[in-house]
Amino acid sequence: MEFGPHLVLALLEGSITAAVLALTAAGLAIVFGILRVVNVAHGEFFMLGAVIAWFVTTTLADVFGASPAVGFACAAIIAPLTTGLIAMLTDKLVLSRINYDPERTIVATIGLLYVLQQLTLMSFGPDARPVEAPFNTRIALPWPELGPNGWALSWPWGFGTTTYKLFVIVAAASVLVSLWLLLKHTRIGLIMRATEQDRDMATAFGVRVNRVYSRVFGLGAALAALGAVLVVPIQQAHYLMGGDPLLLSFIVVIIGGLGSVSGTVLAAVIIGLTDGIVSVFFSATLAKIIATVAVALVLVFRPQGLLGHRAP
Amino acid sequence: MGPDTRALAVHLAVIALLIGCWFVLPQYHTGNLARILVLATFASAYNLVFGYTGLLSLGHALFFAAGMYGLGIVMQHGGVSALPAWVFGVACAATVGLVTGALALRTSGVAFMIVTLMFAQAGYLCVLYFGDWTRGDEGFVIARTARNLIGIDLADERVRYFAGVCLFGSSLLGIGQLVRSGFGKTLIAIRENEERARMLGYDVQRCKLIAVVISAALAGAAGAAYALLFGYVGASFAAVQYSILPLLWTLLGGAGTTLGPLLGTLVMFYLVDYASDITDAYLLVVGVALILATLFLPQGIVGTLRRRVLRWLP
Amino acid sequence: MTDRNSTTDDTAATLTSGSRRRALKTLAGGAGGLAATGALPGLSGYVQAQSAEPIRIGFQVHRTGIGAAYGRWYDRTTQAAVARINAEGGINGRPVEIIAEDDGTDPKRGAEVIEKFVNRHECDVGFGTLFSHVVIGSSPRAGELKLPYFVVSEGHHVASGMLNRYTLQPGITDVKSQVQAMAPYVANTLGKKVTMLYADFAFGHDHRDFFSEAIAAQGGEVIARIPIPPTETAFTKYFPKIPRDTDVIYHVMVGPAVLTFVKEMGEFFGPSAPAIFGFVDSLEAVDINSPGLEFLEGSYLWEGYPRYAQADQTEYDKAYREAVGVDDNGASVSDPRDVSTYAHMFGCWETLHVIKDGMQACDYKGPEDRPALIEAVEAMSDIPHSVAHPQGDKVFNGKTHQVFGHQYISRVQQGRLDVVHTTSIEDTLYEDEVDYTTQAL
Repeated sequence: MEFGPHLVLALLEGSITAAVLALTAAGLAIVFGILRVVNVAHGEFFMLGAVIAWFVTTTLADVFGASPAVGFACAAIIAPLTTGLIAMLTDKLVLSRINYDPERTIVATIGLLYVLQQLTLMSFGPDARPVEAPFNTRIALPWPELGPNGWALSWPWGFGTTTYKLFVIVAAASVLVSLWLLLKHTRIGLIMRATEQDRDMATAFGVRVNRVYSRVFGLGAALAALGAVLVVPIQQAHYLMGGDPLLLSFIVVIIGGLGSVSGTVLAAVIIGLTDGIVSVFFSATLAKIIATVAVALVLVFRPQGLLGHRAP
Repeated sequence: MGPDTRALAVHLAVIALLIGCWFVLPQYHTGNLARILVLATFASAYNLVFGYTGLLSLGHALFFAAGMYGLGIVMQHGGVSALPAWVFGVACAATVGLVTGALALRTSGVAFMIVTLMFAQAGYLCVLYFGDWTRGDEGFVIARTARNLIGIDLADERVRYFAGVCLFGSSLLGIGQLVRSGFGKTLIAIRENEERARMLGYDVQRCKLIAVVISAALAGAAGAAYALLFGYVGASFAAVQYSILPLLWTLLGGAGTTLGPLLGTLVMFYLVDYASDITDAYLLVVGVALILATLFLPQGIVGTLRRRVLRWLP
Repeated sequence: MTDRNSTTDDTAATLTSGSRRRALKTLAGGAGGLAATGALPGLSGYVQAQSAEPIRIGFQVHRTGIGAAYGRWYDRTTQAAVARINAEGGINGRPVEIIAEDDGTDPKRGAEVIEKFVNRHECDVGFGTLFSHVVIGSSPRAGELKLPYFVVSEGHHVASGMLNRYTLQPGITDVKSQVQAMAPYVANTLGKKVTMLYADFAFGHDHRDFFSEAIAAQGGEVIARIPIPPTETAFTKYFPKIPRDTDVIYHVMVGPAVLTFVKEMGEFFGPSAPAIFGFVDSLEAVDINSPGLEFLEGSYLWEGYPRYAQADQTEYDKAYREAVGVDDNGASVSDPRDVSTYAHMFGCWETLHVIKDGMQACDYKGPEDRPALIEAVEAMSDIPHSVAHPQGDKVFNGKTHQVFGHQYISRVQQGRLDVVHTTSIEDTLYEDEVDYTTQAL
């Protein structure tokens, strides 16, 4: 493929990665920002979202003969909700009892990771299972080219995308905007921010901190699950799919500046697009090595992250 | 007995116990123990930076793998014999520790976690990328004939066991001495309050870097020994899992205790082994056990023991 | 975990003289070169049948980890093969017991499992590993503990000489012979200019190296090699690197993201794709009628064993399918959505029958006869097409410990895979790279 279309295609693909990553990482970021804990099981909440989406869509299709679109719409509500509730339950049973101690939380969430993976393996099985997209039309894209008769549109081989992929970008963006509105302009957001800034002060003003923690943990998980629901018609549900989103979310949250949602989104866009662009120039594995070292070096020379203010 | 002598006595007793195990335990368990001892050395190396210096690294697989591949590649492609190859492996790990440590230590806290994680991830990808040398994810076998140390067959069960005891024993004594030395006390001071340590005039950065390099070299020694004793070099040992495992073993056994890493490794190994006899879902058992451990053993096994009963534990 | 197979219980009842005759027949057919070892078919085993201690086969199975989708079907095939062997009188009059241990698809755990087989379960042999890194990680321990280790992995690691005398692969062909046998058909039927898309790890590199060489020998050429990292989940960005003048795309991917890969390739090309040839590894355990795979219609796939029952289905294939519980579409009889790993799992069935023939040839009594078992299997050469070997006849190379057999090329037509070409065994042969028989036992 010509260089121009290739680059545009890589950017388009990068935006999809960025969109889903931004959602998932935003979930990790609010948990990190407010609870100050690293949730190693975050990737498993992502996986749960995809697996529940598969259960919902197949059940609806098998039992009620629902169309993929109806199934998908239901999954987009049920999967984040269920995942959020499961997360709140683990918060109540485990995290609140160890008082959100950072180190113990890591071990506890590693334990949770094993539990969730194994339960999924036992119920859902080891196969990668597809969810049908609600709509998926291939769109061939035109490319302007300067020919002998001036500018004209050509249709390069393989240069295209699908309607569903475009939908993913739009949907993720709107969810993120809603999240931002929630945090900045509602009472809930105010309470969350107050808890983030000074836990004791918030308690003094009558905020039930434990309840806030539990809900934030649930919300974080639900965002990961929603990201998974969006991506599962493109990829497949699989019980080991949580590893990569966890690693990437981690990076994005730190680069973005610990708990800052806008920084996280910005970092997700940068990482997603870089991933796309670098793949144009280098062999894929080499590209990943370069990108990984670059992330490390960014942090070495700007440890507070891109939009962070204070050192962690 | 002063605390220093007592610690030394406890460590010597543990080593004696390990030697004794060879004569009483059936072959199955001595075989497992040989492996556990090598991995516990890795965990002890991790414990030095995490438990004693307070640096949460998520990149120790890089050092383990640097030792393993350093040894493996010169043996496989250079025909180097076991002992110099092992030394080379340790040197590789120390060098990697020096370079990544110097960079990563410019950060702290969570950023340090991520930087170490990223370096380890880059190392893992390098193993895959340079497949002509490493055979990528498949890894390679170190020929049985090459696995001997000045004429002693390292694949022999007894030799393997005592090689494991030697490796772990010397790291236990070494770390035991180190953490009680002036340098070790500085590390602990840094862990407890870095600012204060700096005010007191310690060169905090330098101390941390030395700790990372020692830890990397020891992790590399374990990695190289693993390749030599079990005959396999593979990319799975460079993957993120092997950065999380030493953290897990250390936390479970007790961070900042000399015997915690051994106990954590031992418990995790047999937890997996016996749980898998009872059920297919042994990971579920392991997961639940980890959660219960965080709920009821907050300082790890040895740490909790030390706090509640045996205050003299090193 | 330990599965004590229940099928051993009813074995004694079925040890009739009829089954003895059948067993002898299999033996005579299965181990043609057996006379060379000087061993006589052991009949003495049957005398003690009633109270016989079972033969324990340690089954290293991927129950968890990345190999779990394969492991489940390897398990089912193994249970079916053992049930058949026991129904026909066991081995040397002794029932066969499968001791399954999960290796988590991890080489470290794999080596530990081997030790467990020998030192804890007192298994007679180890068997059944698929993923190459687990094989390579486990094999040194098997060699040191002198445990005959029968792998079902299709890797080239056995025949390359990397492993040891105690590791054998008698039930499934290796990637080198598979790839090499594809080149003539690809070059002569599909086109000369090939672009390869492969998983960027050892398995993919084997494909890259062996196929590049083999296609050059056919006058063709690999014009682009596009490695894809094994952890990748989005693939569209790789496809623009496919040169416009490509005649054939050759793809081989493994892992849970394979369906995405194939689907995105379809979306990328739309209606104007070149010929597509792939290894069914890209689609094992995946229904080819899954949403998004419509574009595969008309493309070609290597199959180790045809997933869909063919028009000229043999009675052997029929019996094998029925025993394992697989329908004519290659899915589980109880759940048509549960698609098998048909192109690989027959290796378990065939390997267990090789173990049986080998043990009977050397009159295997217990662990002290392990070296004799290795020699008995090394002495095998021609393996005839039979219920014990439903995939086809084979030739075992005792020096390289690797079996060679027919390969199939199928075309996707109306949502099923129809065989369009079957290679000869000669197409798959290559020069020996090792002689394991020179190593000490």
